[in-house]
Order: sequence, then C-alpha cells, then structure tokens
Amino acid sequence: MSQILAAEGLAVRLGGRALFQGLDARFEPGRVTCVVGPNGAGKSTLMACLGGLRRPDAGAVRLGETGVLGLGHAARARRIGFLPQTPEIAWPIDVEALVTLGRTPHRTSGRSPADRAAVAAAMRETGVAAFAPRRVDTLSGGERARVLIARALAGEPEWLLADEPLTGLDPGHQIDACGLFRRLAHERGLGVVMTLHDLPLALRLADSVLVLAEGGLLASGAPAEALTPEVIRRAYGVEARLVAGHHGPVLELIGRHAA
Amino acid sequence: MSDALVRRPPAGAIAAGLVILLPLLFALSLSAGRVWIPLEAWTAWGDDPRWTVIFELRLPRTLLALLVGAALGASGAALQGYTRNPLADPGVLGISSAAGLGAVIVLYFGLTAASPWLLPAGAMIGATVGLLALLALAGPSSTVVTFVLAGIVIQTMATAATTLAVNLAPTPWAVDEIVSWLMGAVADRSFEELKLATPFVALGLILLLSTRRALDALTLGEVGARALGVNLASVRLRLAAGVALAVGASVAVTGVIGFVGLIVPHLVRPWCGSRPGAAIVPSAVAGAILLLAADILVRLTPAAAEIRLGAAMAVLGGPFFLALLIRMRRRIT
Repeated sequence: MSQILAAEGLAVRLGGRALFQGLDARFEPGRVTCVVGPNGAGKSTLMACLGGLRRPDAGAVRLGETGVLGLGHAARARRIGFLPQTPEIAWPIDVEALVTLGRTPHRTSGRSPADRAAVAAAMRETGVAAFAPRRVDTLSGGERARVLIARALAGEPEWLLADEPLTGLDPGHQIDACGLFRRLAHERGLGVVMTLHDLPLALRLADSVLVLAEGGLLASGAPAEALTPEVIRRAYGVEARLVAGHHGPVLELIGRHAA
Repeated sequence: MSDALVRRPPAGAIAAGLVILLPLLFALSLSAGRVWIPLEAWTAWGDDPRWTVIFELRLPRTLLALLVGAALGASGAALQGYTRNPLADPGVLGISSAAGLGAVIVLYFGLTAASPWLLPAGAMIGATVGLLALLALAGPSSTVVTFVLAGIVIQTMATAATTLAVNLAPTPWAVDEIVSWLMGAVADRSFEELKLATPFVALGLILLLSTRRALDALTLGEVGARALGVNLASVRLRLAAGVALAVGASVAVTGVIGFVGLIVPHLVRPWCGSRPGAAIVPSAVAGAILLLAADILVRLTPAAAEIRLGAAMAVLGGPFFLALLIRMRRRIT
C-alpha cells in the first residue's frame, strides 16, 4: 500500500520573489488530486518538489516518514513516477524501448521476465501495445502522450505525478486518460497528482483539488468545495458558476471578471 | 505504415560481420604497406628479415589504430548520447584540439625528454580542461545549439593557442616536431606508445560503458532522466573523465585525428534502434575498424610521401559532415 505524500511548510523563491511559501498539503494514495492555478503560480515547481526533483528553499516533502530528498535517486524514482510537462524525446527509438526506459530505476537489465511483464502491462493499460515496434517520431501527439504515460507506469511506482498530462489530447483521448488515472488510483491504489488547466475537467475528474494562487494554497478539498465561483474569481479573474448537470455539478466559465 | 516500423538487420548478423571483418583487416594491415609481405613470411619467424617489419613496425601500428579508433568511436557515441546532439564528437566539440594544445605545450617546452609520461599527461589535462570548459559554457540547459557554439569557442581558442605556440617556437626543430605530430598518424609507432596509451584508454572506455543506462534515459531529456533516478552529476563526471582519458591518451600517441567519433555512431545507430547507450560498444568496434581501414588505405596510396592519417580522415569526414547536414535539413523542412 502506498504511503501518504505530504508537503510541509514548502517555500520556493524564484528570481528574488517568493513563488509560494508556507505550503502544507497532504496527498492521499488511492485518489486523484488535481493541482490547478493560473500561469506562473508555481504548479510545475510544486510538482518538481513533490517528485524530489527540486530542493525547496524551505520546508520538506515527505513520503511516509522519510523526506523524498533523502531517498536516493533510484529508490525515489522506483516509488514516484514523474511525467514532465514538456517531454523531450531526443532519439527516434521504438515505442517498446521508450516504455522500457521506465524500468531504469529498478537497475535490472530491462529484459528480465519482471521487466518484460511490467512493460507489457503498462502498454496494455494505456492502449499502446499495437505501437510497440513503431518509432516514436512517427507517432501523433496523442499517441506520444499515451506512450509517455506507459513509460511512467512501467516503473510500477506507488505515486504518479503528472504535469499537464492531458495537454494536446483530443476530447476522446482526454476522457480515456482521465479514466485511466481514476482506475489506477481507485483500483490499484496508486496516488495520482496531476496539474491541469481545464477547470470543468478537474471538477469531473478529481477526488480532490488544490488551487495554487497568490503565493500559496487558495483552496483545497473536494472538487465542488475547492472550485467555488469565489475561488475561481480570485485565482483567475474569471466569472464562473456551478450548474446542475446530468452527472453532477458542471462548471460553466462565463467570462472575464470586471474588476 | 511499413516506413514507420523500425527496419533493421538482425543484430547477430551485424555482430558476426564485424567479428569477421576485424581479423581480416588485422591480417591485411600486417601484410600491406610499402613492402607487401605475403603470409608465408609470417611463419618464418626470426629467420626472415620481413618478420621484423611485421612485428616491430606493423603490429604496434595496427594495434594502435584499433585502440585509438575504439577510443574515438566510443567517445563520439557517448558525447552524442549525453548532448542529445548528432553532431557532437571530440573533434567538433574542441576536446581533441584542447588535448592537442596540452600536448603541444609539453612539446614546446621540450619536456618530453624529462619523462615520456608528460606528453599523455599534458594531453589528458588539456582534454579535461576543454571538456570542463565545454560543460560550463554550454550551461545547465545544454541545448544542441549552445553545445555546438561552446565547442566552437573551445576549438577556436585551443587552435589559436596552438598556432601561437608554433609561431613562437624556440627552434625550427620544435616547429617541425609540433606540426608533424599535430597532423595525426599511427605510422612509426612502437610498443612504447601502445604501452603508454592502453591503460588510460581502457580506463576511459570502462567509465564510458558505465554510463550506458543513463545515456539511454537521457533520451527523455535531463528532467526525464532525473525522474528515472539517474544521478546526472555522477554521469557527467564519469563521462567527462572517460572522454578525457580516452581522447587525451589517444591524442598523446597519435596526434589529432578527427571525425571518427562523428561518423561511427551514425553508421551503427540504425542497428541498435537509435538507443544512445546501446551504440557505445558497436561504435568502439566500428571506430577501430574504420581507423584501421583508413590507415591501410593511406599506406597503399601511391604518393611520394605517405598521407597522414589525420589528413585522410579530415578528407573523408568533410563530405560526411556535409551529407549529415543535408539530411538533417531535409528532416526539419
């Protein structure tokens, strides 16, 4: 079972300015947590801190009892799968080789039975098994995004941190990816933390939402409690309202808030 | 659709081909030269004077070509993998020139008389300084463009300093020594040079091999590699030390031979699915074959004076560089 991921008094300064400070947050395994907030609020920086890829200026991130920075590179990577925002794929390797890179933190050959099984399962789960022999430079944007998710799953992490994993996906693939993230969390007990810009989608997808704005957490909690019109107005300067839909409340963005 | 699939010959067939090619070239290299020595002379042992030619001139020369070719090929593959830049190479990035400068300084002050180890030491220190300057200049972002620009800066500065050394050399003999050494060759080398270079090249190759998994992970960029648990500081250190040892020791005994590290990874890349880490061993083998083949060709050229291997590789490498550029442009547009 995954352990709790917690940020305690996290602060990051960027160019002399406090990006955020005194940030406390608890992330529960088995749930999908969405981090939202305006551009430049520090979502990606927060994700890097949570993933142990960036040392905060103050505070700490803990996985269970241990700090993520004290885990050691490979041990941390085995437990926390991280999907960067702008993934780079430098060489035209084939899809299976790319997904197999996800096994790197296990320090195995990449060809052991356990490696092969994990890679195959990850590719099946993300629906990219059919692409296995294709070169990554021949994939569409949506196919690439799914292959990269498969790469993260191949490492069999307890936590999956994804920075804007839905960007560039068409609505169909966005729904598929959301379904996959929810399944991973609810059925397999993975902790999923992701950033995204689509507030209506966050409302539907997330089990809990963090709103990062004004140098800290503006709101957090269940989606409908965190994403209130008041919070959205303060964070984005946008008028919004919750309307009743067939499958629960739907967030409607009306327009720029007249200050 | 078929174009989207990776088409590659079976890796076993390629490996078998290389394994057959290597001893063939080895035998050819012992026979070929100004004097052709047929196979029967090999078995005459000490009785035949041609035996001396084989074992004291051509054998060290052959082994040295293999050693230096492997060092340059592996270094090129590792540098291309680390920088994610298909144009990276110890020559292009100025590391060979920096190693050359280190050695020229030793020659300039006539220090080789003091100890034969000072020449490789100078070259390895030069390579290390060049590589550290390269990593510092390219900065943490290390995009393709900044890397190539940083390489040009180092190449220019090292070449300028080398030219200055030639210019100010105290005696015409020193000038002659520096210039002829700079051109790069494996001719007239003995087992002494081989003994000098082998331990350093071997250590360098071991260090480069240790970065294989990390280089594969770097396909996903620096953030991607760190997310996969790669300790980039350690990789950078092992790579820098590996290249400095392998290239520095090679330059010390053969002078500057360019383009091997540039060409070879491109030749082997399609056979290893473009995985940068998987390209290191085949690049070392192919580099050894390429340099030995080039040296045999150089020996067989009917010219008044033997063409220098460094010059021959430059003649070969120029058009290859051009073809590479054209292919990259086509991919972008």
